[in-house]
Amino acid sequence: MKIAVLSGKGGTGKTTVSTNLALTLNIPYIDCDVEEPNGFIFLNPVLENEEEVFLQVPEIHKETCTLCGACVKACQFHALAKAGKEIVLFEKLCHDCGACKLVCEADAVTFRKRAIGKIQRGRTEKIQCERGILNIGEPMAVPIIKKLLASLPEETQFIDCPPGTSCNVVNSLRFADAAILVTEPSEFGLHDMKMAIELVKKYSIPYGVIINKDDQTENMVKKYCKESQTPLLGAVPYSREAAIIYSKGGMLCQESSYKKIFEEIAEKMKEVFRWN
Amino acid sequence: MKIVVSTTGKSSEDMLDKRFGRSEYFYIYDTETEQAVVLENEGAKAGGGAGIAAANQVIEEGVQVIITGNLGPNAFELVEKAGMKAYSCGVMPVDSAIELFQKGELSEINLPGMAHHGNH
Repeated sequence: MKIAVLSGKGGTGKTTVSTNLALTLNIPYIDCDVEEPNGFIFLNPVLENEEEVFLQVPEIHKETCTLCGACVKACQFHALAKAGKEIVLFEKLCHDCGACKLVCEADAVTFRKRAIGKIQRGRTEKIQCERGILNIGEPMAVPIIKKLLASLPEETQFIDCPPGTSCNVVNSLRFADAAILVTEPSEFGLHDMKMAIELVKKYSIPYGVIINKDDQTENMVKKYCKESQTPLLGAVPYSREAAIIYSKGGMLCQESSYKKIFEEIAEKMKEVFRWN
Repeated sequence: MKIVVSTTGKSSEDMLDKRFGRSEYFYIYDTETEQAVVLENEGAKAGGGAGIAAANQVIEEGVQVIITGNLGPNAFELVEKAGMKAYSCGVMPVDSAIELFQKGELSEINLPGMAHHGNH
């Protein structure tokens, strides 16, 4: 079972929840928030291997190109344009779809590899860890997310998703069998969680909510879960102590009070996801 | 010679839009025939690469001069490669902008502006 951890709003605690649950349950941790993967800061795995991720971008050969402009019209991402006696490529807009080559009657298009990021794999003492990294300045994260998730074995793992409900999250969810929505008891947290729930529903997978930075009152997120009959998997209390541990790159589940909280969340999660 | 002005509306009295890639319309004026046509900017509805789509469109239309506020880096590159000239102008009615250009009172855009500046 692949369990996606998402949130809608950023900074609610996806990484805190997924790294702590992964360690609590001895389950591999996959960081596909490739624009800023920060799970390894907390888990500190020893790196075992690294693989580059490439896109195939076109090269238009001037000698054979007739400047007909068919490739420019075919490109839905405006990665190609015709200016004067030249077809200009804007490589960062290229999605590697190959349409330019398909429509080229002069056979003037070949492809070259362009590195946009990498995948790293490693281990802590207890668990396997993987993450995707998008190179700085690159606009497209999806190819790295797909490559990272498509190559995973069929065992249970936590997938630490990007924030929001964009293509990056959609592509992470495509590989998930269950979803955890991490939120905080604020208007923004609740608003964006509702959007994330709408998205998760489209996949017909079981899901539940974890409240991070919980104020331990009957707050708006708890009310929402009750009214909408959304399973609440648990709450991680807001405390100065937790903030201090986090700021030092420590793991909450290694503190006795928080260890118990994550164990309870893990139990509830197994129940809601019907996972043996 | 064909001149294009990025604009918010369809008439010569509508205001110049300082955004090139995301302006709604292109007012294209032919100085020889003294006729104008107005086209919807194909860049305006593009998901990404608006400046490229817009530049590509005006290149196809055979325009030699662009009057706008700023050009982003991608549009600037294409305009340069196509051998067109771009001029910077403030917000004013399209016909006033063309008049200023014809009097030689607009300055040429020699450097690209910021990327994604026209999104907002």
